[in-house]
Amino acid sequence: MKTQKITLLSKALLLMVAALFAGSLFVPMWRIELEAPQYPEGLVLQLFANKIGGDVDIINGLNHYIGMSTLHTENFPEFKVLPVVFGLFALVSLLLIFINKRKGVKIFLFTYIGFILLAAADFYRWNYEYGHNLDPNAAIKVPGMAYQPPLLGYKQLLNFGAYSIPDTGGWLMTGAAVLLLFIVVKEYNLLKKKQ
Amino acid sequence: MKNKFVKAIFTIAMGSALLISCKPKNSGDAVSGDAAQKAYVAPGKYDEFYNFVSGGFSGQLSVYGLPSGRLFRVIPVFSVDPEKGYGYNEETKPMLNTSHGFVPWDDLHHTEMSQTNGEVDGRWVFGNANNTPRIARIDLKTFTTKEIIELPNSAGNHSSPFITENTEYVVAGTRFSVPADNSNGDVPINTYKKNFKGHLSFVKVGKEGQMDIAFQIQCPGVNFDLSHAGKGKSHGWFFFSCYNTEQANTLLEVNASQKDKDFIMAVNWKKAEEYIKAGKGKLTPTKYAHNVYNESTHTATSEIKTQVLILDSKELKDICYMIPCPKSPHGCDVDPTGEYIVGSGKLAALIPVFSFDKLQNAIKNKQFEGEYDGIPVVKYEAALHGEVQKPGLGPLHTEFDGKGNAYTTFFVSSEVVKWDIKSLKVLDRVPTYYSVGHLCIPGGDSKKPFGKYLIAYNKITKDRYLPTGPELAQSAQIFDISGDKMQLILDFPTIGEPHYAQAAPADLIRNNGQLKFYKLDDNKHPFVTKGEKETKVVRNGKRVDVYMTCIRSHFSPDNIEGIKMGDEVYFHITNLEQDWDVPHGFAIKGASTAELLIMPGETSTLKWSPDRVGMFPFYCTDFCSALHQEMQGYLRVSPAGSNVPLTYSLGTNLPAPDQK
Repeated sequence: MKTQKITLLSKALLLMVAALFAGSLFVPMWRIELEAPQYPEGLVLQLFANKIGGDVDIINGLNHYIGMSTLHTENFPEFKVLPVVFGLFALVSLLLIFINKRKGVKIFLFTYIGFILLAAADFYRWNYEYGHNLDPNAAIKVPGMAYQPPLLGYKQLLNFGAYSIPDTGGWLMTGAAVLLLFIVVKEYNLLKKKQ
Repeated sequence: MKNKFVKAIFTIAMGSALLISCKPKNSGDAVSGDAAQKAYVAPGKYDEFYNFVSGGFSGQLSVYGLPSGRLFRVIPVFSVDPEKGYGYNEETKPMLNTSHGFVPWDDLHHTEMSQTNGEVDGRWVFGNANNTPRIARIDLKTFTTKEIIELPNSAGNHSSPFITENTEYVVAGTRFSVPADNSNGDVPINTYKKNFKGHLSFVKVGKEGQMDIAFQIQCPGVNFDLSHAGKGKSHGWFFFSCYNTEQANTLLEVNASQKDKDFIMAVNWKKAEEYIKAGKGKLTPTKYAHNVYNESTHTATSEIKTQVLILDSKELKDICYMIPCPKSPHGCDVDPTGEYIVGSGKLAALIPVFSFDKLQNAIKNKQFEGEYDGIPVVKYEAALHGEVQKPGLGPLHTEFDGKGNAYTTFFVSSEVVKWDIKSLKVLDRVPTYYSVGHLCIPGGDSKKPFGKYLIAYNKITKDRYLPTGPELAQSAQIFDISGDKMQLILDFPTIGEPHYAQAAPADLIRNNGQLKFYKLDDNKHPFVTKGEKETKVVRNGKRVDVYMTCIRSHFSPDNIEGIKMGDEVYFHITNLEQDWDVPHGFAIKGASTAELLIMPGETSTLKWSPDRVGMFPFYCTDFCSALHQEMQGYLRVSPAGSNVPLTYSLGTNLPAPDQK
């Protein structure tokens, strides 16, 4: 019977995971970069855990041509929930050190993956909502055109090229996922040949 | 017979060919093979330097790129500019106020960039108004005029606006000596020698640029022409060229060209400061305007000041010294080391170069040849480093490349001549097209010239460009001076008549905190409207204030009714954009002044008095978006005494259904 406890290394890594979660509260998670001929310097929309940042006013101004609703932090309940979730994640990562059960880490990893999938679905829903729910009185109407940004990657939206990519916080959270995965793999000896 | 005819034709042809080949080379031949490459800046690439060129009689300042010669901008300074509303909108009208009232034009001759430790620092450019004596400060964060100060006791502000090596002072020497403001000016003109005085103004420049006349030095009645500050070892001194030391008051072309030598006046301004501390200055009544544009209220204010501190050069003997200089000196230029002062007698056939060390020795050892109107005159030879012999005809101005070479323009012989400052040997000469006045090397009058290009500013351009009627294009020419020989690489036309110019590396200005837009939150204009919800129209007797906003692509409000004949309407328009390069314009039918051009985050005011009853459309004049043409509105004017209520709206007052 193998021990269910986790190693010192894994505990140290859990500490780092906690730090990554805590850190991602303060930096932008995601960014949508917009490029157009008349914006050679580019425009950027940054999604923090608690707010929208970047060139929101300019983008709102431009979106009115196509009848897209304007973006306002207060319209998204997510910005109230996400900081709590991230805080909880950081706390749980710390607690796992004391709980000291490899199963705990595994459950947390799956919960986290579930959260990411949920977040992606939510993000997609908002993108769809904004891209399709257009003012019928908009100045510019292109038949069949929607302005939904991509979930991840690049998409051309009229004269704008839109890149949807993780920002600093997104990379921190990716790091957290990688570390959690590493701990689970290590603790369950998944890479070792079966005896 | 036939053969003879062919021979004759051949002979004539050969003869003509010989004759043609004997004709001097024309200007087209002066351009050598790789010139186009050297002046070419590919589309989308930046120029290496900004060139700030005076607009002469246009009263404006123009900004060109080097080496492309492309015009980037015309900055209104002393002349109104309906394009930008400068001098027309309520905010900038005070900028052109003087003791004579509103003077909406002038003659801008020279530009000078601010310096730190004797090097151009890219903060400001100063310009002089020659006609109604003024000095302007142009801020390079916004490329707009921020401050104008009038100069009392002066007329024809020509030797200006030259600066000291840390921008401690900007100076101004009067071209026309005139009776001082506080004396009786109603005197016979032929009492010039007795009643006319020349004043030099020392304008102090603050950390944020604020100008203030620290003191003036009262000098004999002569014509002060040009100037330059000492630097390095000669920091603390200023040098002014003077002509008409004959003190003639009529037919100066003859009567002021009598003497073999006029003067360069050396001024010890540190000494002047000491005298002021010692209380030797006299506060004298006068009147002059000081106009300042406030960045946060977007509004200029004009203040009339009533006294100026004056030092008398006759009384305080060790401030000013005269150095004899042949003949009718024009340019007065100091080399990067501060040791050599180049005088250019515009009627002389040589260039005298003076030594600062020798001048100091001569003063110490009292090597004087007498006094001129109370000012000691140093012996010519005692201050002279040497003379450049047979350099050309009509030397005017000299700039330096920082490698020990001087470049002097020759108006009469239309050329630029390169010579060695120490040995005084002529090294190279190139023709200019034609009649060159000033020249500019980027940083060429500072301690650190960038020495790569030389730009000549010409007075005449016959045969250089397509003709444009009786008056031809004004022009400049760029020479590559990086090698031993000067090479012409580009001609380009300029606005007005270019006089002096300054240039600095593009990066120095681009990276010096250039402004992209005005922050709406920081807008402290008394009539600012920070959002469409705050827009309103307020009547106060016959005065109507319209608090209007503009954003892509509409004005708010866009329908105004209830204005009556006899009203004075003030449109205070705030551009709500917070995005780079999205100005909006505002124009209303029949406006007799100008349009507005409003930068993002800025508030600007147009005063308008309706002249008839009816409908007055207004619209945006600066293309702003795909819906720019839709950016418009209506203002209804009713007869005086009518009972149309004052209303304003945006998007609500669609016609009643039965009218559809």
